[in-house]
Amino acid sequence: MSEFVLKSAQFRREREAAWRELEELLARLEKGGMKSLTAAELHRLPVLYRSAISSLSVATAISLDKNLLDYLTALVGRAYMAVYGAKRRTGEAIAEFFRFRFPWVVRRYFVFVLAAYALMGLGVLAGYRMVRADPESYYSIVGDAEAQGRNPASSTPELRKILYSGGEAPLSFFATYLFTHNSRVGMLCFAVGFAAGVPVIYLLFTNGLTLGAMAALYQTRGLGAEFWAWVMPHGVTELSAICLCGAAGMVIGSSLVFPGRHTRLRNLALRGREVALLAVGAVTMFLVAGLIEGIFRQTVHDVAIRWSLAATTLVFWTWYFLFVGRGHERDLSR
Amino acid sequence: MISFDKARIHRVLTPEGLSLPFVVAPVGDRLSAFLFDTLLIIGATVLAGVLAALSTLIGMEEVGGSFAVLAGFLLWNFYFIYFEVHWGGVTFGKRRAELRVISRDGGPLTAEAIFARNIMRDLEFYIPVMVLLAPDEMLPEAPGWGRLLAAVWLLVFALMPLFNKDRLRCGDLVAGTMVVKAPAAVLLSDLTARGTGSPAERPARRSAAPQAALAPAPPPEEFPFTRQQLDIYGIHELQVLEDLLRRDDQGVLDGRILEEVCDKIKTKIGWPRERWNVPPRRFLDAFYRAQRALLEQKMLFGQRQERKRG
Repeated sequence: MSEFVLKSAQFRREREAAWRELEELLARLEKGGMKSLTAAELHRLPVLYRSAISSLSVATAISLDKNLLDYLTALVGRAYMAVYGAKRRTGEAIAEFFRFRFPWVVRRYFVFVLAAYALMGLGVLAGYRMVRADPESYYSIVGDAEAQGRNPASSTPELRKILYSGGEAPLSFFATYLFTHNSRVGMLCFAVGFAAGVPVIYLLFTNGLTLGAMAALYQTRGLGAEFWAWVMPHGVTELSAICLCGAAGMVIGSSLVFPGRHTRLRNLALRGREVALLAVGAVTMFLVAGLIEGIFRQTVHDVAIRWSLAATTLVFWTWYFLFVGRGHERDLSR
Repeated sequence: MISFDKARIHRVLTPEGLSLPFVVAPVGDRLSAFLFDTLLIIGATVLAGVLAALSTLIGMEEVGGSFAVLAGFLLWNFYFIYFEVHWGGVTFGKRRAELRVISRDGGPLTAEAIFARNIMRDLEFYIPVMVLLAPDEMLPEAPGWGRLLAAVWLLVFALMPLFNKDRLRCGDLVAGTMVVKAPAAVLLSDLTARGTGSPAERPARRSAAPQAALAPAPPPEEFPFTRQQLDIYGIHELQVLEDLLRRDDQGVLDGRILEEVCDKIKTKIGWPRERWNVPPRRFLDAFYRAQRALLEQKMLFGQRQERKRG
């Protein structure tokens, strides 16, 4: 009997114990993470992985046992993920994100971020001047849903009331609603970048247009400064976040239109991953803005305090984006 | 062009220099995984809604309302992101369909890649669905042709995986990822080594296998195949036979199929009539072993015979 043993069967008998060991380690690792392995087992993992790789290349050369080949391919694939897909602790990754990666990626795509601010600023200016020149144009710029009763037909006390009303909705609910709604808009800005970035430009510009038109309306009633004191405490953060998402969308669009040295596909993948960081950071900024808008603005009506909070956020974000995490650039571009 | 080829292989070059084959996940599996995940999300959203409704009974509607809005937001936007980060490219639905997200270039699957691929879901799925279901809300002032145009444009994004061979959706393009099959493969005993290894080495069988299947394979003298007889079939047929025998081992094969196959092979290779009546499983075991021995030997000499001749 034993004189009739295939080379492939013999090969399997010699190696099988190592595969089984690897399989068992992987099962535990996938279930319970790094903690479930002892130090000795962790050292063993790469050794077993390399041995499985060599087994697979030998097996593809000498064996026709399909079950064995499928098994080894799957095993090596899993081991590969375990060895090279090693993920760090979530807490560490989050800390690294806020201390280095987020401000780094903003600086890296600074031109796009500035362009996004410029587009929105242009929108504000255009909306403001249009409504100042012709108050009736307000209706075509600001939709009914956004206006919420604020239009040239409203009386000045009515307009004023909105700036200082507590609102009917409970505070935490209002803040949550603002945060979720704005985050969705921001992420959408990122996503539509895929359509060559054109919708992003439109979204940024019209956003500014609406703001400018409202500012003009309040200006005509002599409430200009109070209006900006109402917008800016959360607006600095929220508008910046929108601009970051818009910048991300524009980067995606431009990487499709101007692929540079790489192929379009590769360039898109490279840029897409990086600017996803912008969108993630923007979501956290929307959270901050939602809290300010939903709670602070509804409770604090003093114009001076409102202005000082706006100034504080402006200083904070400027410092954060320009100076935090400098000197780590080389480690981060991967 | 739309292509429905069965199993496309994507090769990833490991740092060791081996090209690892991954089977690109078929569209059907992707869809079933996505539907399963979506159902989970819908279920959890409904649950959050019910909890919020209950909170009004105890006079905490403010907390309940915020909770429902926040839970809905987190579920619909961060369900995929959370699980793919946490489990390394797997969600409940993907685990069920044996799928996994990998980085196309073979590097580690980073959190930012997972964010990128999942933020795109809005554009690919939720918005097209909303445009189709509630066009008045999504595009309030657009004329009819404008809506049609938007719907077509969005459908292109939604159906993108059908138009490329690696089944990449927009999110995969932006993130440089792809979805592959990650089957939980089980190593079964070697069909040629039956009876030679110790029983402990064999994996435990799930179903009660017929005793005949575990009996030692017949010695080669019992079935003296000639070289001409073994030259007919190729690797593909050998592996089909392997699959058949393994299904028989698991006891999920109709006995008549084994007989039919046995007769077919005997006719094809010109098995002598006087020895026609042999137990099918015994014959097939011996034939599999002899056939594999020859084909593997040929392969060592650089001749891969993929298919049968004639």
